[in-house]
Amino acid sequence: MGSDDQGNNDVGRSGFTRRGFIQIMGTGAVSASLAGAAIAARSKPVPPEKVMDAENTVKISLHVNGAQHAVLVESRWTLLYVLREAFGMTGTKEGCSRGECGACTVLIDGIPRYACMTLAVEAEGRRITTLEGLMSGEQLGPVQNAFLEEDAYQCGYCTPGQIMAVEGLLRKNPTPSLDEIRIGVSGNLCRCGAYTHIFRAAQKAADLKKR
Amino acid sequence: MLPSFSYVRPETVKDTVKHASARGAALHAGGTDLIGCLREGIMDVDKVVSLSALADLYGIRETADDGLTIGALATITEVAENPLVRNKYPGLAQGASEVASPQLRNQGTLGGNLCQKPRCWYYRGEFHCLRKGGDMCYALAGEHQFHAVFGHDRICVITHPSDTAPVLAALGAKLRVAGPDGGKTIAVENLHVPPRDNVLTETVLGPGEVITRIDLPRPAANLKSSYRKVRARRSWDFALAGVALALEMDGDRVENSRVFLSGAAPIPWRSRSVENVIRGRRLDDKTIAEARAAIVENADPLPGNTYKLELFKGVIEEELSAMGRPE
Ligand SMILES: Cc1cc2nc3c(=O)[nH]c(=O)nc-3n(C[C@H](O)[C@H](O)[C@H](O)COP(=O)(O)OP(=O)(O)OC[C@H]3O[C@@H](n4cnc5c(N)ncnc54)[C@H](O)[C@@H]3O)c2cc1C
Ligand code: SF4
Ligand code: FES
Ligand code: FES
Repeated sequence: MGSDDQGNNDVGRSGFTRRGFIQIMGTGAVSASLAGAAIAARSKPVPPEKVMDAENTVKISLHVNGAQHAVLVESRWTLLYVLREAFGMTGTKEGCSRGECGACTVLIDGIPRYACMTLAVEAEGRRITTLEGLMSGEQLGPVQNAFLEEDAYQCGYCTPGQIMAVEGLLRKNPTPSLDEIRIGVSGNLCRCGAYTHIFRAAQKAADLKKR
Repeated sequence: MLPSFSYVRPETVKDTVKHASARGAALHAGGTDLIGCLREGIMDVDKVVSLSALADLYGIRETADDGLTIGALATITEVAENPLVRNKYPGLAQGASEVASPQLRNQGTLGGNLCQKPRCWYYRGEFHCLRKGGDMCYALAGEHQFHAVFGHDRICVITHPSDTAPVLAALGAKLRVAGPDGGKTIAVENLHVPPRDNVLTETVLGPGEVITRIDLPRPAANLKSSYRKVRARRSWDFALAGVALALEMDGDRVENSRVFLSGAAPIPWRSRSVENVIRGRRLDDKTIAEARAAIVENADPLPGNTYKLELFKGVIEEELSAMGRPE
């Protein structure tokens, strides 16, 4: 796969071009994600049986940033809603609320997921890590520092999600290539277009983490 | 805020089937499609039945006869990265790695990917179109540049959004399904429903029917599989045009082939015309030129999406050329 949007762009001999379409021939992603292959085989913790009525709140316990939090939730509350509104952890942002932008990215059992597409009750019994969880006391974590040092944001709205995506990527693959970084943050849109800085921050973060 | 619903997470498949058989119940696997549909008011759901406590639905294992069985709850990431999948069915690993974004692959499951709702913008928007029980297809007369060029019969012109379904169909995968009437097996190629049979549903699954596992037959020693997808942007996007190939080679000749297209039709679209052209032939320039023509045979493009025909020709040419090259 080419390293920019022009990469591997023509389709056969047809020479098809059409303004507004950038054709991406998808072949790179498979080999690029090889590094994570070992993780795929892990077995899942299976949560216990549960019944909740509509519109009633039920007490559940969520494991967030190393601590158990008991909380009353409705079945329809998303993890994003509970983090922000019940726990006041506003580091996780709400963007599209439809799985398209990545602002709400958190780690669940160390793996990046969208909190807006996750019911809070489905996150029971799993380890949830949010932006706040990457701090140690008042100190920023390595990925956060890398974003700061590389100026990897403009308005900053997408930044918490980008940081969580990079954190998840580096936990799985401590030495990602540029292409692996691009894939790793491909679920996080930046309206300000700070991508080149974000990619650089991810590389910097990999270095900082190694120290 | 989502509309309210009751929630149940049973520990046995039997209880799951019972809960899911009730009117207004919907299964929840990874939730990446279901939550979106609830938020957009596409489905009327008063009970969400979670599959996540069903231990039998997890894991990817080799079977006694050298095939593979994939739990319906295996995530798309697990499918894409599993070494057995990558070795035996590289096309499936490619298909899975082309789905959505990393976060959605980490959360979405293979079973859910096969049963996801269409992505037509009228359907996802506020239009009460044919597929939602209304009386017209808005896309047919309106914006349809990403819609179907085959198999729509000008009834409903969605394309099936799954990147895994065409590969699973090409590989001859079968679904194990639990339901109110006991267990049954459905070939993936027979899972999806074309609009002319019933425009109101996407799959043949009835109320209470749950996919438990996806079984792949033992790969023939000479099997080569691949999936290629063209999309409009580099970050996540659905297929504009895609081709899944499962070819059994006899030396440099194609002995058997199964060819399914994505981004083409309301269901994963089998291209028998390409299969007929390449069967028994070497993948040389002449065969490939004929396959280019064959792939668009019987197409019924709409005014706004004829460009897809050129894409399909290009993709089949590239994919067959790659297959024909000695390793
Ligand atoms: C922004 C975005 C981009 C996307 N891009 C792509 C893409 O490029 N390619 C692609 O293929 N997909 C794409 N998707 C779809 C995504 O892959 C699916 O949402 C996901 O695979 C569904 O899996 P899930 O486990 O989350 O399903 P859920 O949301 O839990 O379920 C989906 C549907 O399937 C039913 N269901 C789930 N499991 C079973 C089962 N075991 N038996 C019977 N019925 C079941 C549910 O009742 C529901 O109706 C995209 C989605 C989003 C939001
Ligand atoms: S293509 Fe199908 S889903 Fe879209 S508007 Fe037409 S009938 Fe509705
Ligand atoms: S807010 Fe969750 S993906 Fe946009
Ligand atoms: S910095 Fe503004 S959206 Fe990314």
